[in-house]
Amino acid sequence: MTTIAELPPGFADKVLSAQSTFRSVMDAMARPGSVQRIVPMAGTAGSMMRGTAAIALTLFDHDTPLWLDARMSESSDVLKWLKFHTGAPVVQDTSIASFALISHGDALPPLERFALGTNEYPDRSTTVIIQVDSLDSGRSFELRGPGIDGVATLQASIKPSDLFVCLRRNETLFPRGIDLVLVADDAVVAIPRTTRIVNKGG
Amino acid sequence: MNAPAYNFAYLDEQTKRMIRRAILKAIAIPGYQVPFASREMPMPYGWGTGGVQVTAAILGPQDVLKVIDQGSDDTTNAISIRKFFAKTAGVGTTTATDQATVIQTRHRIPEAALHENQVLVYQVPIPEPLRFLEPRETETRRMHALAEYGLMHVKLYEDIARFGHIATAYAYPVKVNARYVMDPSPTPKFDNPKMDNCPALQLFGAGREKRIYAIPPYTQVVSLDFEDHPFEPYRFNAPCALCGAENSYLDEIVTDDRGSRMFVCSDTDYCEGRQAAGHHGALSAAPYKDKAQGDANG
Repeated sequence: MTTIAELPPGFADKVLSAQSTFRSVMDAMARPGSVQRIVPMAGTAGSMMRGTAAIALTLFDHDTPLWLDARMSESSDVLKWLKFHTGAPVVQDTSIASFALISHGDALPPLERFALGTNEYPDRSTTVIIQVDSLDSGRSFELRGPGIDGVATLQASIKPSDLFVCLRRNETLFPRGIDLVLVADDAVVAIPRTTRIVNKGG
Repeated sequence: MNAPAYNFAYLDEQTKRMIRRAILKAIAIPGYQVPFASREMPMPYGWGTGGVQVTAAILGPQDVLKVIDQGSDDTTNAISIRKFFAKTAGVGTTTATDQATVIQTRHRIPEAALHENQVLVYQVPIPEPLRFLEPRETETRRMHALAEYGLMHVKLYEDIARFGHIATAYAYPVKVNARYVMDPSPTPKFDNPKMDNCPALQLFGAGREKRIYAIPPYTQVVSLDFEDHPFEPYRFNAPCALCGAENSYLDEIVTDDRGSRMFVCSDTDYCEGRQAAGHHGALSAAPYKDKAQGDANG
């Protein structure tokens, strides 16, 4: 049995680390496609990357129902770490989750299963956090939309490979929709529901 | 005894997390008002409790904060909020627009162009642009859901029918990213064009009404108008009496009880910067005053 002393730690400085992490995520959300770095270090559990762990410590608490993919939810290390450090309730129902943690894109359920918000309350939607292989190499994508001065180019190695095709539904759903946060180690890129993506190949 | 009785930047961490989540959704849905659990702050409603909560949630020790009230760094509201964060967060403060990383504002957008590393935080009294046309929250929410903004155009049209022009001079409604009609807070409509395609992130906080909304950088912001009555920013037709600026937004200051008045830049940092660079106006202090008014005074 794991005791609290054996759990990987949270932030060394809760307040300033959470602030710094939030600013990285906020900048990522405000400038889709731009790669932001998460500086503060925290312990991680199981398949959780350090960027994911920092975001969890920054944004999750008892008010945010959390959905985990199979790999995360089967890991008692991850469950204990999240429960102790954030207190976020883990739910089985994707459609009521504030956040979803996807350890690997292969395990991503159809995006429609998450909360998309309503036309009256489009903010009541799931923010899906997906761990990806790389956010600085791989295929090129062209991004347009609010937060982008003309066109932004994102080079990323992302699973599932048709992720951005699935995201096209955001176009017809707006103002409902899914907001994505992609994490690769300490790098983070956000794709809010307003961003339109063209696959450039390569 | 030495431990501070409050957290960094005053708010507790749970409150900051809640506000931060609201800010992220606000950025993802430009112009949509995200409800949030606004807290009581150690200042009255109307003094910028919404803006203060947004600033407290984003502020870090490396930030440099500027606070303006109607363009001025030196009014009571601006000074007290600046001191509040200097005391509770220990952040650096400035009055220079280009050196600030976070600018909290009441009712103005600085004259100097904003850049990408800045966040502009607006204090908002009434976030709902449709509120004076439709008092029921359930109805305005449905109108936003359906993008049913005909009522707002009727209101602007009634202005034209009654006055011959759109008489709304401040809190002039805008459409953000071609979807949500948004109240830009009571900024003069002179400032509306600055919101469009702005490199800085713009966040809006309404404390009493418990709403946060946002305009991401480089986002289209259009002031509502008609083809035959296009939107026109308004400005007093005079140069600034202190710095001579011909293109800044002016305050009218009554100088005696016989109808004398002077027009000066509302943005004090902009005006002082111009004066330091050698520009001067008709009522500048000596030696410029002697030059401009030498005969009258002699």
